[in-house]
Amino acid sequence: MPATATALRVAGPVAPRSVAIDIRNLSHEFDLQGSCLEVLQSIDLSVAAGEFVALLGPSGCGKSTLLRLVSGLDQPTAGSIVADGAVVDRPDPSRILVFQDPTLFPWTSVWRNVATGLDARGVLDGRESRVDDALRLVRLTAFARAYPHQLSGGMAQRAALARALVNDPALLLLDEPLGQLDSLTRLTLQTELLALWRDKGFTAILVSHDVEEALLLASRVIVLSERPAHIQAEFNVYLPYPRHRDNPELVALRRQILGTLGLET
Amino acid sequence: MSQATQAIEPVAASAARLGGRPLWTAGLYASASWAAAAIVTKSLPNVVPWGSDDLFAILVGLTAIGFAALAVVGPRSGRLRETLDYYGPWFIAIGVWLTSWEFATAKTGWLPKPFFSPPTGLLHVYVTEWPRLLICIGYSLRLWALGFGLGASFGYVLGVALGWSKRFAYWGMPILKLIGPVPATAWIPVTFYFFPTTFDASVFIVALASGIPVMILTSSGVASVNRVYYDVGRNLGAKPWYLVSRIAIPSALPHTFVGLFMGLYYSFAVLVVAEILGAKWGLGWYIQFQTNYSGYANVYATLVIMALLCAGLVKLLFMARDWLLNWQKGFI
Repeated sequence: MPATATALRVAGPVAPRSVAIDIRNLSHEFDLQGSCLEVLQSIDLSVAAGEFVALLGPSGCGKSTLLRLVSGLDQPTAGSIVADGAVVDRPDPSRILVFQDPTLFPWTSVWRNVATGLDARGVLDGRESRVDDALRLVRLTAFARAYPHQLSGGMAQRAALARALVNDPALLLLDEPLGQLDSLTRLTLQTELLALWRDKGFTAILVSHDVEEALLLASRVIVLSERPAHIQAEFNVYLPYPRHRDNPELVALRRQILGTLGLET
Repeated sequence: MSQATQAIEPVAASAARLGGRPLWTAGLYASASWAAAAIVTKSLPNVVPWGSDDLFAILVGLTAIGFAALAVVGPRSGRLRETLDYYGPWFIAIGVWLTSWEFATAKTGWLPKPFFSPPTGLLHVYVTEWPRLLICIGYSLRLWALGFGLGASFGYVLGVALGWSKRFAYWGMPILKLIGPVPATAWIPVTFYFFPTTFDASVFIVALASGIPVMILTSSGVASVNRVYYDVGRNLGAKPWYLVSRIAIPSALPHTFVGLFMGLYYSFAVLVVAEILGAKWGLGWYIQFQTNYSGYANVYATLVIMALLCAGLVKLLFMARDWLLNWQKGFI
């Protein structure tokens, strides 16, 4: 399966930096004032290096929790997450989570926001050009000196992407990063995200509530069940990029996935 | 075509004239009210002599002439004119206030000596006592700067620690909640025992008054930082010190400034009391000294100085805030 997924990346160059993720028997519970809320139940999932996987599921089913666990920001109750053979037990700049909200620091400029990762690790000196490059990549060079509140929603999310990409991540965890944007900005950013992934070759896991978005971007779509979430179905998307939303195969897959989610029309 | 141009031109010309404002009439009224103060001072006999009548009449009269000049030949547009238009009503009111104040005190004695003093009385204090007042201002500012500086610095550092560290908050918060509401002046007996000189004790009282609001507001600011910012920082490889210095502290800065403003007001309130403690100079000491001798004109004159000093420092703090928090403009 991983071999197929990698072969699917038609025009993408050989991944310079990506990571394979192995999730084994992963379960997670929340402690809510003494009572336990089971969020994830025995998740088994392998993501090949350089693959683009989308997670779909009903709202509140635990998709975001799964991403947080993979990023290492939270620790699972049971089971394991392994990244290229190493157990994930802490956050690391090689696996970056991009939130639905851009979460830029409002008190400092766009440039300093993008530089945060390098600055925090004390390696910014002499690498300022990488910040400039990241800003150019997301077409925000003109806004380097601006404050986050001066950016539009789409620009802020692009700045958040630049803040992640400047660290050259091997894994990008995207938690509905386009969820709050207007539909036109969404379409633009979907194309840009795809171009960045094909250019950089990182592994990507996208949480989305938009079936069409998942099918346009991902080589594999995982459908999660209601909470406690387990993997309900898996769909391979054997379609070359760039994809078109009117492609009959894509439309058929869309209907099939919506059916799995109980939303068939 | 040409008809249309002709039709438009007069409109444009009148619009240009509208851009310039008419005569500054408020200035004429202000001139009248200040002139009235000068005339009342100079022409009516004093019930009680206070001194400096002539100087007061000259100063107020010159101001009246200044307002009249600005009204007639002053700018019709621009920044200065906008300022004049904005403060016009205040200029008039101050003239009316000076006139009635002088009339009710020195001229009629309705508000009797020594409890009330006319504006001429205050001016007389400045004229005769200025060398001593200047020294007092110097001493008070030294005490205030030391007390506020130390208090704000310690309060800030402790506030960050309280907001950041759970263990620190476990011990610190209950103590802060207990001593926070106690007025700083209640500590005077204890401070006398602990500090070698009364000056040190005074500095401590001022520091306590200004430090506690800074501490409370900073700690609540640090504690209420959006947790996602820490997630972002941790994910990007930030160590705890980076999270404190580059995320918690800038994010809490708006709260810190509220604490600094409160601390500034409290520190001024206790400054007078702190200077009773065996001080030989200082505005608080001077007020105390003059109260004992019923020199109420001197007391009022000193209170005016203190009010102006406090307002000036508040203004400085506002400028510092606007400079440091200009990223906030999109929020407020």
